Amino acid sequence: MEPFESFTGIVCPLDRSNVDTDAIIPKQFLKSIKRSGFGPNLFDEWRYLDIGEPGMDNSQRPLNPDFVLNDPRYQGASILLTRKNFGCGSSREHAPWALADFGIKVIIAPSFADIFFNNCFKNGILPTVIDEKIVDELFAKSGDVEALQIAVDLEAQTLQLPDGGMLNFEVDGFRKHCLLNGLDDIGLTLQHVDEIKAFEARHRQAAPWLFQ
Amino acid sequence: MTTKTLYDKLWDSHVVRYDDDGTALLYIDRQLVHEVTSPQAFEGLRLTGRQPWRVNANLATPDHNVPTTSRPNGIEDIDDPIARIQVETLGANCNEFGLTEFGMSDNRQGIVHVVGPEQGATLPGMTVVCGDSHTSSHGALGALAFGIGTSEVEHVLATQCLIQKKSKSMLLIVDGQVGPGVTAKDIVLAIIGEIGTAGGTGYAIEFSGQAIRDLSIEGRLTVCNMAIEAGARAGFVAVDEKTIEYVKGRPYAPTGENWQKAVGYWETLHSDPGAEFDAVVRIDAASIKPQVTWGTSPEMVVAVDERVPDPEEIEDATRAAGMRRALEYMGLEAGTPIREIGVDKVFIGSCTNSRIEDLRAAAAVVKGKRVADSIKLALVVPGSGLVKQQAEAEGLDQIFTEAGFEWREPGCSMCLAMNADRLAPGERCASTSNRNFEGRQGMGGRSHLVSPAMAAAAAVTGHFVDVRELN
Repeated sequence: MEPFESFTGIVCPLDRSNVDTDAIIPKQFLKSIKRSGFGPNLFDEWRYLDIGEPGMDNSQRPLNPDFVLNDPRYQGASILLTRKNFGCGSSREHAPWALADFGIKVIIAPSFADIFFNNCFKNGILPTVIDEKIVDELFAKSGDVEALQIAVDLEAQTLQLPDGGMLNFEVDGFRKHCLLNGLDDIGLTLQHVDEIKAFEARHRQAAPWLFQ
Repeated sequence: MTTKTLYDKLWDSHVVRYDDDGTALLYIDRQLVHEVTSPQAFEGLRLTGRQPWRVNANLATPDHNVPTTSRPNGIEDIDDPIARIQVETLGANCNEFGLTEFGMSDNRQGIVHVVGPEQGATLPGMTVVCGDSHTSSHGALGALAFGIGTSEVEHVLATQCLIQKKSKSMLLIVDGQVGPGVTAKDIVLAIIGEIGTAGGTGYAIEFSGQAIRDLSIEGRLTVCNMAIEAGARAGFVAVDEKTIEYVKGRPYAPTGENWQKAVGYWETLHSDPGAEFDAVVRIDAASIKPQVTWGTSPEMVVAVDERVPDPEEIEDATRAAGMRRALEYMGLEAGTPIREIGVDKVFIGSCTNSRIEDLRAAAAVVKGKRVADSIKLALVVPGSGLVKQQAEAEGLDQIFTEAGFEWREPGCSMCLAMNADRLAPGERCASTSNRNFEGRQGMGGRSHLVSPAMAAAAAVTGHFVDVRELN
């Protein structure tokens, strides 16, 4: 995984609550056995006017002009602003794969669904939980003629607004460390092989039926 | 001795180590694997030259992508070439790494969350994971079970562990008894209607109270299955005699001396008297009626004798906007009685409601009746090959087919519509599945979540009806 670096990006406002992972990447694209290439089908059912299927030339498909991702102001967006309970539903990691492949690095919302939240960190995406009232204000600002741009600093845990406003966000220390350094969880866990083996031996003793 | 919740007991008995910040390395006893969320995990093992830590802890079966029409030639009968590659890839990966797989031609194949408990591969006290959010189902047996992403599937394959933070604990008590005709599905839909789709976010939910204890294990599987629809990754029920009776004699269940030892341990798997929870929610079972969802989130649910709610009566602007969008998508007017909503298709199946008791409940409603002429398709999709076999031995398939239902092969089917079973745009479905999201059962499709008996009742009348009033 690439280390997460500070950047300034365009904010795309997706004004919906309870956006589920079926909406983020519809099921027909889950047939792929790869990890990449999901970006063109991010929010497929909202983004295009036709029915998307794997293998289509997405550049030839009719775009839905009313969907925010197609708004000329938000082209090149790397920050997604949205409402509460983002990423609910299916555990499909194809959802963060699609967001990352599209170029989203940060998601701002009042709350996230647990599995999705966790999956983001495994894919270099930073989900930030921001108070609902502030999210309302950000939506108001991002509807202007020019797109809102925010500077993200994970080390300092800040979001810097162009008007000088500064937002702080919380992030778990371990996850922050992994994002900043682009660390692979499996490699970290395997540093504790001896402890896992010792646990397993005790577990086998206590519950031998689990090892039949 | 300190008092512990069931969650504390399940958690504490699997912690390998804690980091300074309280992050735990949690040992995983069982991983269930299916074709959709595993190929990238196996690819990860190959790229890093890693091997599964404990190969026998895994059990695989294809379910999401398999066709449910006749398939005597197994994988050969998958028409969709991309789906076929995915199912073939699961088989090839299981072969390469030595995992047990119940393939398409094995009569033990089925939906992972039906197969695990059915085989005794899910046992009380276990930690169970799968790359599927409905893994919460397995908590019905007193296990700590939750869905994970594909990176975590690879992590469990390689290390038998997961990096986890402990959730908060919620005790959800369903007091008293439900009335006749009110099922596990109605209980869990009523719970989600009460606490909302994010009400359980950050929590592990212990379902308790008389109405939960009164449920069979299959009913508890239905309740725990939808814990994730309330936002909770894990939901579980304390072990009781029904749990132990259910597990006994299953292929993967312990035997002999190990059985005695296991039962002794399992009997301790309940919250201690006086154990403290971060939240306690109480629901009165007697007030629960058969439920029908009207919108595009499982929390958008009412009783069958109610009307589609009116967003104009809602103060919260964001919520009202969500309701308006849902009504538009669903093609419904506020104030419409639920009973006047007609349906085009009926789906009885999914990891929520495809077990033998579900099929029996639906068949009891259907028996001697015909699917209404206005219904384009009524499907029954058993949860596994063994459920199908059992249903056929009881003659349930005859009841369904004589009434005009299609009797299919096991798989996830129209719950998520990855295979050919799906809704066309604008079609309305009475579905026993778990998600009524936009496009879930097919782009533009309109899903109403109900119990098997309620779905059967909608099939024979052509619209929603209170199954308790149906002769």
